[in-house]
Amino acid sequence: MMQPTRRATLAGLGLAIPSLAVLSACGGGTQPSGGGGSPSSLSVWALTGAKQDTYQASFDAWDEANPDNPFAVEFFANDSYKEKIRTAIGSGNSPTLVFNWAGGTLADYVANDAVVDLSGKVDDVLSRTIESIGMVGQVDGAQYGVPNNDTQPVILYYNTALFEEHAVTPPTTWAELMTAVETFSAAGITPLSLAGQSIWPELMYIQYLTDRIGGEGVFQKIIAGEADAWSDPAITSALEAIIELKDAGAFGNAFGSVAADAGADAALVHTGQAAMLLQGSWVYGTFKQDAPDFVAEGNLGFLNFPAKDGGAGDPANVVGNPANYWSVSAAAEPEIQELAIRYLNEFNLNQDMVENFLAMGAIPAVAGLEESFGGLDDEAFLSFAYDMVLNAPHFQLSWDQALAPAPAQELLNNLSRIFLGEIQPEEFVTSMNATLSA
Amino acid sequence: MTAGQSHAPLTGAAPAAAATSADEGTPPSSAHPGGSLGRSSDRRHLQTGPSNWLLVPALSFFGVFALLPLAGVVVLSFFAWDGLGTPQFAGLTAWFQVFQDPVTLNAMWLTLLMTVLSYAVQFPLSLLLGVFMAGHQRYREVFSVLYFLPLLFSAAATGIAFKALLDPNFGISRAFGLDFLSQDWLGSPNFAFYTLIMVISWSFVPFHSLLYQAGVRQIPTSMYEAATLDGAGRVRQFFNVTLPQLKYTIVTSSTLMLVGSLTYFDLVFILTGGGPGNATRILPLDMYLTGFRSYQMGPASVIAVILVAVGLTLSLILNRVSGADRMESQMEGA
Repeated sequence: MMQPTRRATLAGLGLAIPSLAVLSACGGGTQPSGGGGSPSSLSVWALTGAKQDTYQASFDAWDEANPDNPFAVEFFANDSYKEKIRTAIGSGNSPTLVFNWAGGTLADYVANDAVVDLSGKVDDVLSRTIESIGMVGQVDGAQYGVPNNDTQPVILYYNTALFEEHAVTPPTTWAELMTAVETFSAAGITPLSLAGQSIWPELMYIQYLTDRIGGEGVFQKIIAGEADAWSDPAITSALEAIIELKDAGAFGNAFGSVAADAGADAALVHTGQAAMLLQGSWVYGTFKQDAPDFVAEGNLGFLNFPAKDGGAGDPANVVGNPANYWSVSAAAEPEIQELAIRYLNEFNLNQDMVENFLAMGAIPAVAGLEESFGGLDDEAFLSFAYDMVLNAPHFQLSWDQALAPAPAQELLNNLSRIFLGEIQPEEFVTSMNATLSA
Repeated sequence: MTAGQSHAPLTGAAPAAAATSADEGTPPSSAHPGGSLGRSSDRRHLQTGPSNWLLVPALSFFGVFALLPLAGVVVLSFFAWDGLGTPQFAGLTAWFQVFQDPVTLNAMWLTLLMTVLSYAVQFPLSLLLGVFMAGHQRYREVFSVLYFLPLLFSAAATGIAFKALLDPNFGISRAFGLDFLSQDWLGSPNFAFYTLIMVISWSFVPFHSLLYQAGVRQIPTSMYEAATLDGAGRVRQFFNVTLPQLKYTIVTSSTLMLVGSLTYFDLVFILTGGGPGNATRILPLDMYLTGFRSYQMGPASVIAVILVAVGLTLSLILNRVSGADRMESQMEGA
């Protein structure tokens, strides 16, 4: 009676496997996905969003000039692209042009010989781009990526109407920031809008604070993998400053529900519920799209992150994404690689592409644009952000991009728990130091 | 049951057919109580039935898309692989790593909690709704249609809609100006997990109600008539007729609920993404984030293997304990 019959086993399998099989298929993730690149023709994957049309126009221009070798272009949303490209590269099905963020992921590609060394082959396009941004595409001194779009510094946006109404000075120092936080908090307005559900916007605080307190060298040691690099006192001070902000009510009491991908953090600012927002330059486009009148009436102000008293860092330093990059797949045949490199030199960030970016309020990573902003709708923002980038002694790539994926996830996880008050700086430092040896 | 037996002549043809079909295919060696009676007819029937070769398409699909990836995941759990390059054999490293990782251990605890709590919420609700929907009350059809609605929405749509409704800044609390609704439902580590259980229950209760409705409709009215004659009230009838008759529906529905709650992913991924902190990082999500955010395919495969093993064990135990493996008719002699 108690012996399991075959039927019991089959019934169990029948009920359990259909649901689990889906998961186990995900867990493996070895299947090359459809639409992958062929080594013998040009292909490219790029991201959906505001810049999609600009990329499409650029590839269309190439196709027109080179009808025998057209690009097969596909667009993906940010997160799904990041998952798909890794599987594609791992299985040798990568598109010819690989869209990337430089940093740890590009270093991974290089370590696996997935992308080709472009040193000396892309001088034409590099001569157009801002030099410091072009250099971010290097791994161990060799050029593996070239900038392909706009430079994306992290900016402190603020609602000028709210600042006037409550007679608050736009903060350029930490003390002014804390005063602003107290005033707005007392007035029932969230001082700093924060998309805590997305977690990565929280990185911007620790990146800027660490830089302002300890200078850019602190993170350079972490990237170099030095033992106990996270124990630097500047990291602990930055975390304490975050806790000071949080305890002063700077982020309100509901930041954990705010997600950046829907533009909810920007919406809090243009609907007057929050006074300031620390976010990337791409959010300017969100403001323009979601609240065109708010921007047109000059209600949106912008600042660099405030200086911290006694800090060793240069207050002109900038964090963010210097740009996105194209790399060329090593899986492509040599003549296809040559064609891709010709595209990079002749079409990438050329005059047409620069004009398209400027028209949407994005700052192309191209040198000598100072005179091009005059008369444009977004002149004030473009020249502010362009000067901010050009004048920055150091442009720090976002930490989650600079680090390898596993430590980056550990960082996001621990940082979110600091913002929630679940752990203290000591525990953060211990957990992060553990990723250095791994 | 005694009531049912005294009304044997009223039994319809359908339950009787169900009883014989449940006996078919029982291996002759099994100690089935009714085996000696049906054995000779079983054998004849097996020979005249459709050829077993007809199973080949289904089995090959199952093999290629379920068993093969499963085997791949088991193999991968002994390797270190970041999604690029060649997997390196790493022995049990990933297994030790997973069982020492506080985040994954917490995920296991949360998964257990979610399985138990969502079952505790879903089972009574869907049973009562199912019984109600099978009845003949006024406006029953209207209510049934309303209860059925969540089943029509995809998990992604449900997730996005609830995320918008529960948003403390722009959601339902502002629309109605009700302060008690203005909680940080999905953003606070104290609320998020329980909010998820509510949303999950909202999505899945309709399906299980439907199972119970069908189950209740199968119960012969003669049983209720007999129970009424014996003086049983509504509550008594529910516990002595409806519930025992629903035994196998309960087993099926419970298996789906419990094994299903091991695999909840889409709703949680959309609503919270595992946050705030690790408050809703259940095991399937932990597997996904480990595999496709941290690109540690070894540990992610270990978690997948654990999920498969626990899911299989759970459904086998449920089958054994409930006696559903024998699947005998509940209506013998009815």
